[in-house]
Amino acid sequence: MESFTIVAVGQALGKSAPAPATPKKIPNRGGEANPSAAALKAQFGDAIHRVDVVWGETTVYIDPTRAKQIVQWLHDDPSQQYDYLSDITAVEYRDLEQPIEVVWHLRSLPYRRFLRLKALIQKGQPLQIQSVHSIYKSADWMERECYDMFGISFIGHPDLRRILMWEQYREGYPLRKDFPLRGRFSRSEQLRQALSQNPEAKYSMEELSIAEAFEELPKDMQQRLRAGEKTGE
Amino acid sequence: MATTTRTIEVELSTSGLDAAGRPQRVPIVTNDGGTAVALEAPPMLEPDLDGEHMLINIGPQHPATHGVLRLVLELDGETVVRCIPHVGYLHCGFEKIGEYRQYNQIIPWTDREDYLNSPGNNVAFALGAERLFGIDITERCTVLRVIACELSRMMSHFVWLGTTCIDIGAFTPFLWSFQQRESIYTMLEQWCGARLTTTLTRVGGMAADIPDGWTARLEQFIEHVPKVIDEIESMLTRNAIWIGRTIGLGVMSPEEAVNYGLSGPMVRASGVSYDVRKDFPYLDYETYDFDVPVGVNGDVYDRYLVRVEELRQSTRILRQALDRLPGGPVNIDDPRVILPPKHKAMSEMESMIHHFKNVMEGPRPPVGEAYVAVESPKGEKGYYMVSDGTSKPVRWRIRPPSFVNLSAIPRMVEGHLLSDVIAINASIDIVMGEIDR
Repeated sequence: MESFTIVAVGQALGKSAPAPATPKKIPNRGGEANPSAAALKAQFGDAIHRVDVVWGETTVYIDPTRAKQIVQWLHDDPSQQYDYLSDITAVEYRDLEQPIEVVWHLRSLPYRRFLRLKALIQKGQPLQIQSVHSIYKSADWMERECYDMFGISFIGHPDLRRILMWEQYREGYPLRKDFPLRGRFSRSEQLRQALSQNPEAKYSMEELSIAEAFEELPKDMQQRLRAGEKTGE
Repeated sequence: MATTTRTIEVELSTSGLDAAGRPQRVPIVTNDGGTAVALEAPPMLEPDLDGEHMLINIGPQHPATHGVLRLVLELDGETVVRCIPHVGYLHCGFEKIGEYRQYNQIIPWTDREDYLNSPGNNVAFALGAERLFGIDITERCTVLRVIACELSRMMSHFVWLGTTCIDIGAFTPFLWSFQQRESIYTMLEQWCGARLTTTLTRVGGMAADIPDGWTARLEQFIEHVPKVIDEIESMLTRNAIWIGRTIGLGVMSPEEAVNYGLSGPMVRASGVSYDVRKDFPYLDYETYDFDVPVGVNGDVYDRYLVRVEELRQSTRILRQALDRLPGGPVNIDDPRVILPPKHKAMSEMESMIHHFKNVMEGPRPPVGEAYVAVESPKGEKGYYMVSDGTSKPVRWRIRPPSFVNLSAIPRMVEGHLLSDVIAINASIDIVMGEIDR
């Protein structure tokens, strides 16, 4: 069996680079910014709104309409090589006037860099942003979770559906600040909805179509599914 | 009485059929002239199943899915054509609950997400919160946290080793590894009073210092455990069944592994030496002398080798941590975040006020945000916290390594046999509590 060549992290830094060390006595604001922030500013100009260094971590506020382009450049450019997507998430503030933030945490393994990108979606604007699924495969489930929890549509994601909540979940998006901790519906309504689920409908329509299993279902279930009833998870 | 020797012939194949399943003896047929005519053998007995795919469902209550994972598989014969994973059966909204809790109150929730690695999660959360508060912890606390992290790494890897052996069909290593896990649990119980849900850390320190005589017990454990690892390895590493069930399965190339966001032993088995402890260090890990095991084949067998070697490296780190364990206080001296000792709270006005403020309102970090990642046994575990200056986080996000690792399972199982799905799934080392949160 052919084996792979070992990829060492930090290889682009060269042998003379200082070994990474535990950060200590970090200031709240300010400090040395990630050099990629300046490179982004030079490359994209207006699309980079602001650069913040908070607790030693660099945050770059970017234009939401050019998010994919910027991430693609960070991934492809040989002087950046952000090849590892740590996380995609969103933040909504308690002050409901504040915009919702979509946050990407990127790592450049060859350069041992860490960068946070933020795109602000103003309240009242449609909650949508470009997907980075075509750049990072790891974005698949993270974007699905972000959609599930915040209702942010990632345009260009091939399979954007709920992941942690079930397909027929109708209470909204749980991590939004206007969503109460106990859920939108009363306990009795939640119980009623759970009991009204069809326990036989184990597969989604997509799954039923792949193996022609739809034809093997009982007649009455076929009729109900054709009439638009959703199957369970 | 004389004995006679008899030879018994054992037929291994089904009598009358050849290897292709055709009858060996064909009846003799004669034509009108009375001469024998050779008949052609009948066609293959097996029906032609090309193109007929089967839909099968594994889980969520299947023991080999390590929790409540559900996999819907499309099979062609016994080969997996397509795999659709379903998660979320254990979703309890930890991130939402965290927005309604003070920082110290969130620590018990971190026990319950990756429940095989509770001390490690506590440490990770405390590190994140301390970054947000701008706190530098004491030296003794740093070393104690390293001990907690490495013990929980060993705990998690022993459980992984045991359950994977059960999945693949070996029972004995399971008992051996669970014995070791049990002795770690006993040590943790002596330290903080709980076995599974430890809640070991506080913002700015630990819940408790280690008790007297605890280091002797840990030393005994460090002496003993390499022998157990050797024993387990002697059962598995060169075992023909183990090799046959693991080699060449679920191969991920280094580029793919990085692109799929794999971390921990998964990415290291694929030949990428990404270890948060080495590359983005925390808790002074850069001052410890340990190696990062890296595989070169990216299959299930390499993941096993990497994890076993990590067990050995963890004992090395524990040994160094024990040797350097300094004296001094465990908690920082800062009444904003640390509760005063009970006798002071009852006798001094200042301390009583601090105690009241800390318990009723909770410590308040300045406005800001922090993403702190640690190397959990499963991979890069990140806590992202955003503060708006109040005592409760605006957003507490867990970056679950198992969740991201599991998202690559369709890529890994497609083209393999159904029985290999179990081995590949076991090699990811998933904990559903962490995936669903």
